[in-house]
Amino acid sequence: MSARSNVPIEGSFQLIGGKFDKAGEASTSLKKKLTEMGLNVEIVRRASIATFEAEINVIIYAAAGWLRYYITDDTLRIVIEDMGPGIENIELAMQEGYSTAPEWARAMGWGAGMGLPNMKKNSDKFKIDSVVGEGTTVEMIINL
Amino acid sequence: MKLEELVKELSLDVRSGSNGLEKEITGGYASDLLSDVMTRSQPGNVWITLQTHPNIVAVASMKDITGVIIVVGREPQEETLNKAIAENVTIMTTPMTTFETVGKIYELLNKKT
Ligand SMILES: Nc1ncnc2c1ncn2[C@@H]1O[C@H](COP(=O)(O)OP(=O)(O)O)[C@@H](O)[C@H]1O
Ligand SMILES: [Mg+2]
Repeated sequence: MSARSNVPIEGSFQLIGGKFDKAGEASTSLKKKLTEMGLNVEIVRRASIATFEAEINVIIYAAAGWLRYYITDDTLRIVIEDMGPGIENIELAMQEGYSTAPEWARAMGWGAGMGLPNMKKNSDKFKIDSVVGEGTTVEMIINL
Repeated sequence: MKLEELVKELSLDVRSGSNGLEKEITGGYASDLLSDVMTRSQPGNVWITLQTHPNIVAVASMKDITGVIIVVGREPQEETLNKAIAENVTIMTTPMTTFETVGKIYELLNKKT
């Protein structure tokens, strides 16, 4: 863990539903930040996959949301919270290949049903909470 | 093998990020499913796809892709090229199909090693 201070680092990005031209900007900025901090490439790789998929979900499914990150000496915590339709059956949504992505998102190559499973695979701790009609919160922790 | 050698051998049309042609290629990945590319592509790969929208630039940049090859003569969207120029992502186009493009790259990379 080179060149890091003991001061916790945190930040946030606003996400707007349907804004596909901006998709990936929050994740790209976070990736740059983690790389600059000198974090291990494997950690950055896992965090990149997980945050990008979460960001894309907010853009496809929700009206708006926030991506927040908190970095301490031993963990990277990423929280993605949205105001959206919520998920009725989380167990089903977590299954690889399950997707309700609309046709226009599929045409773009999204909707493989790999997003949530990949977020889980790439984090050490994964938590998802959702209230139908209100929104979804995904919390991912990666040990540094 | 350097990206510029691949461009020459396959007569690819470089549409953005020509300063990335110096970079070395570690292999390639062909897919039009973006989550699949996010998961399975490796840093330094060339990515072969028929997607043309701006999200391919974000994926390429997140995964440190050396270059994106858009196949079957499809035209990258203007916004895609603008983003690619800003993010320094090399985008190339070819009239060849994914099958032909991948076949040629595979042969070239295996000849080299
Ligand atoms: N933030 C969200 N808000 C509402 N529904 C969601 C959200 N994230 C995921 N889902 C639901 O879970 C399903 C699976 O998500 P995911 O694994 O990312 O695959 P995909 O996005 O390719 O469909 C989605 O199709 C959608 O029905
Ligand atoms: Mg998804």
